[in-house]
Amino acid sequence: MTIDLKTVKHISKLARISVDEEKANKLTSDLNSIFDFIEKLNELKTENVEPLTSIAETTLRFREDEIKSENIREEILKNSPDENKDFFVVPKVVE
Amino acid sequence: MSNITNQTLSEIINNIKSKKLSSQEVTKAFIERSEKSKKLNVYVTENFTSAINQAKKFDEKPNYELKLPGIPIAVKDLFCTNGVKTTAGSKILNNFIPNYESTVTQNIWDQGGILLGKLNCDEFAMGSSNETSFFGNVQNPIGENLVPGGSSGGSSSAVAANLTPVTIGTDTGGSIRQPASFTGTVGLKPTYGSCSRYGIVAFASSLDQAGPMSKNVKDAAILLEVISSFDQKDSTSIDFKRNKYSEELTTKIKGKKIGIPKEYRVEGMSEEIENLWKKGIEHAKECGAEVIDISLPYTNYALPTYYIVAPAEASSNLARYDGVKYGFRSPGKNLIDMYEKTRSEGFGEEVKRRIMIGTYVLSSGYYDAYYLKAQKVRQLIKKDFDDAYKKVDAILTPSTPSSAFKIGEKKDDPVSMYLNDIFTVPVNLAGLPAISIPAGLDKQGYPLGLQIIGKPFDEQNILNIAYSMEEKINFKNKILDWWI
Repeated sequence: MTIDLKTVKHISKLARISVDEEKANKLTSDLNSIFDFIEKLNELKTENVEPLTSIAETTLRFREDEIKSENIREEILKNSPDENKDFFVVPKVVE
Repeated sequence: MSNITNQTLSEIINNIKSKKLSSQEVTKAFIERSEKSKKLNVYVTENFTSAINQAKKFDEKPNYELKLPGIPIAVKDLFCTNGVKTTAGSKILNNFIPNYESTVTQNIWDQGGILLGKLNCDEFAMGSSNETSFFGNVQNPIGENLVPGGSSGGSSSAVAANLTPVTIGTDTGGSIRQPASFTGTVGLKPTYGSCSRYGIVAFASSLDQAGPMSKNVKDAAILLEVISSFDQKDSTSIDFKRNKYSEELTTKIKGKKIGIPKEYRVEGMSEEIENLWKKGIEHAKECGAEVIDISLPYTNYALPTYYIVAPAEASSNLARYDGVKYGFRSPGKNLIDMYEKTRSEGFGEEVKRRIMIGTYVLSSGYYDAYYLKAQKVRQLIKKDFDDAYKKVDAILTPSTPSSAFKIGEKKDDPVSMYLNDIFTVPVNLAGLPAISIPAGLDKQGYPLGLQIIGKPFDEQNILNIAYSMEEKINFKNKILDWWI
């Protein structure tokens, strides 16, 4: 199968990565060579195989729902790309 | 004391415990050599001033009961370190200072280790040559303009060049074992669930594991003992009884059954690798092991499976980098525009390629054909190993299909780069432990490694086999300090 330029642009929208025409062309050819390689899996019949969803054969553990770190608001906001000290700020989303 | 930085971790520990060396002397020696080795580009962030202060504190009130008493250690820049910048080799985390500590690094500091600095790596651990890092290529101390392997390339280079006594890397498809093989060092990927993933920048969560990288097998055992722990903060951490790996280390492997999988004799594999493997088999026999031919029929399907599973998980894990709460942000005219620009400018080409693959295989209409298919084949690959382990205790293979290559040589051909991990990837898919040990030099004088794969949670056994083979191989790395 082949992945066309239109599909690459659609995927880049889904992935929230903007690509220009040149990059989209390059990605189209890269993805096609990678998927050529991946298509090898089609040689295998897997109708009766259970998918492996987790390698660690464990069930999720329960724990008490406790607050373990308090008053870390300032610390958390320290890495914010915006200068505002009180909130995470993004471009306006409501007109 | 002649040369401190040449010493193995266990030698340095003994010298500190017997008071022949202080933590400050050791720390200063590694810092001095690191200062002279900038050309290798192993450090993203140096923590030298703080390291000397901590060493001084240790010397004032030494505790020799600890497993790493006052030992300076640099770590891959994929481990979050409280208050010290953590970049994952990416522009998008270029300014990120975590306010928490990864469990494996915390285990190291709790045992007396001191952070020397953060080591360069492929961006988000995606790469096999350390050429995808935002902070530039790392040089292999083996030879100029030679890649150190990847993704833990800064780590492998730093250990081989004596810039840190030992280090820790992470391994998603071979990122500890392949760079260890390229630099003549030892690298161990533990069983999935053995070392906590808490605080490690996530790449592919069902495959990622942290592990030790060192000059010899004993040092790897010492470090594994420190970092391996059950952790409530990682939902896939497994509560099993961990060995005292270094204390229980032995060369008594008589009667151990070691399998040789015929499928690892891949097309186009060089004669040198073939000979190295044969020699390895002979060494295993000399150590008293019984060598048995085995078959792992689905080996050839491991790489295509990996290149669906790993990018799928990565595309999901990396969705968090959107420029909102931390990391790099590129301003946009609206929220969506900001997301798209931030991710487009913040991620490098390889990372974007893998996010695109992952997004595609998980997208509506393709999920069954790719992701579900890959999960089924992953089951078959795991079953291969389950069947083999009914007959053998461990498996011996080459670590890589070639020795280190030149910087730039494979950069433009993603598939040929991916083929580097052909022998290491099946181990991650099956969640098994495996160790790479240096086993010889090729005709260019570049190191080649052998891989020993074990049963789940049987790290002690592969360490023991590696330990006894190491003695027989008696490998000598040829590093001529060309960069100084």
